Amino acid sequence: MKKEFRVIADLLENNTRVLDVGCGDGSLMSFLKDNKNIEVRGLELNKDNVQKCITKGLPVIQGNAETELHQFPKKSFDYVVLSQTLQAFYDPDKVLKELLRIGKSVIISIPNFGFWKVRVKLLFFGKMPVTKTLPNTWYNTPNLHMCTIKDLFDFCDEKKINIIKVIGLNEDKTSIIKRSNLEIKNLISKLGIFLIS
Amino acid sequence: MNIKIENIKKLNVSKPLKLDCGKTINNFPLAYETFGTLNSEKDNAILVFHALTGDQFVAGMNPITKKEGWWVTAVGPGKALDTDKYFVICANVIGGCMGSLGPRNINPETKEPYGLDFPVITIRDMVRAQESLLEHLGIKKLLCATGGSMGGMQLLQFCATFPDKTFSAIPIACSSSHSAQNIALNELARQAIMADPVWENGKYLKKNIQPKNGLAVARMVGHISYLSEKGMQEKFGRKLQEKADYEFSFNADFQVESYLRHQGNTFVERFDANSVLYITRAMDYFDLSKQFQGGLTEAFKNQKTKFLVISFSSDWLYTTRENKDIVIALNASGADVSFSEIITDKGHDSFLVDETEFLKTLKGFIDSMYEKLKNEKRI
Repeated sequence: MKKEFRVIADLLENNTRVLDVGCGDGSLMSFLKDNKNIEVRGLELNKDNVQKCITKGLPVIQGNAETELHQFPKKSFDYVVLSQTLQAFYDPDKVLKELLRIGKSVIISIPNFGFWKVRVKLLFFGKMPVTKTLPNTWYNTPNLHMCTIKDLFDFCDEKKINIIKVIGLNEDKTSIIKRSNLEIKNLISKLGIFLIS
Repeated sequence: MNIKIENIKKLNVSKPLKLDCGKTINNFPLAYETFGTLNSEKDNAILVFHALTGDQFVAGMNPITKKEGWWVTAVGPGKALDTDKYFVICANVIGGCMGSLGPRNINPETKEPYGLDFPVITIRDMVRAQESLLEHLGIKKLLCATGGSMGGMQLLQFCATFPDKTFSAIPIACSSSHSAQNIALNELARQAIMADPVWENGKYLKKNIQPKNGLAVARMVGHISYLSEKGMQEKFGRKLQEKADYEFSFNADFQVESYLRHQGNTFVERFDANSVLYITRAMDYFDLSKQFQGGLTEAFKNQKTKFLVISFSSDWLYTTRENKDIVIALNASGADVSFSEIITDKGHDSFLVDETEFLKTLKGFIDSMYEKLKNEKRI
């Protein structure tokens, strides 16, 4: 399982209820169910992934998070997890509101557009950055609303969303991000993982 | 219709069954068939609920029609409902005409076929009758229960009425309450039968005949609704039936006409017209939320059953939206539910045909549920 999922798993308490939005082939769900006795549910758009989850015995609903989160009742999950998809929605603000309605807490990870390599590519080459975390070119990227870790901090402040913990991830190295070290961490983290409520 | 139904498996249900209409039936026949072997733990049983014109012969050869069972694509050795591994059960619904108590049976009071003296039955009555069969077979809890169309409706009712009788459930292309469009189509089928002069208020069996014309039209209505617009266009288009040009008559010039006439004509050989009236009525009366104050969410309260709801993109009879409403209610009640929409042009009929994606999903779910059940027992 990828490092990002390990970090997310560590943020979740055992014996809870978790909704994994955009659960892919269910690898995070499998891990949470087997190792943390977490009751998992998934929402996934891709039908091949849906079938993989079903074959693994993981409960998954085929659907689009952009339009179908309304089916989940208020505070029906302890956590809602959204991995690297917030930036791909037409209306991330609305999706985030829905996530916070459904979950007592929400975990979001974002590919950090403030990572130094990304900045260098744009600054010195004058081209849209293509990196390991952002592998697509400008015309075929699903990412409509790229943002940086700093942007998401500011967004949460503006929307009065409570930030419980933020973890920066660079390859296998993790570090806690706070307002005090935000400038440097925003430069050296490939991914930002936010626990909010 | 001259079918021999004496030699099929029947359970005599001696326990009185109080029907929703207020009447009680007892000592009635429930015809069923089983496939595969029940293991010693009795935990590998799958109950299939059949659709409107289905019967208990899901797989193998139907001894009455001499044709393949209606769900051979899904049931058999190595298939999704693998009869090498699982014990598959299917019962003919009451109100039907394949051996279970229905309007064709003799009314002990009049010594004549019931006809319209048969009590109006509901989906819940059908399901309650089938519970006796599980008791008879000694099955406390099913591994899985499934059904498409009206079979799915029976399944939802089964789960709501008996919340602890099945480990998992797969409602396919169904609805928790019959829509206005579906009631309208059923009414069309019923009116076609009742408009046939042979029908004679349901008393045709006394003369040992069937209102064939009306029944065939009723079946044609059904067949149109089971296909999608695109599927129908691709299959038939404007193709002519074994002729070079129009005949300038009302014979079946078009292939689609010929197809409908054929479907209608073969149907009257195996089905009873009054059964169509009774079963379509049961479907129309079906509204699960009406039975539970607080609606559908209340119907699925405290469900331990693991659900997989499946819909088909081109099904306009039981749409994806209607199937999703079931998912939403299950979600709201906190049940363990999966949902998959199969993308296909084959319309409502998709669950009966060789639709690879669908069958793969079905198999994947059932096998994973069996494994899960075994694991839970180990712990």
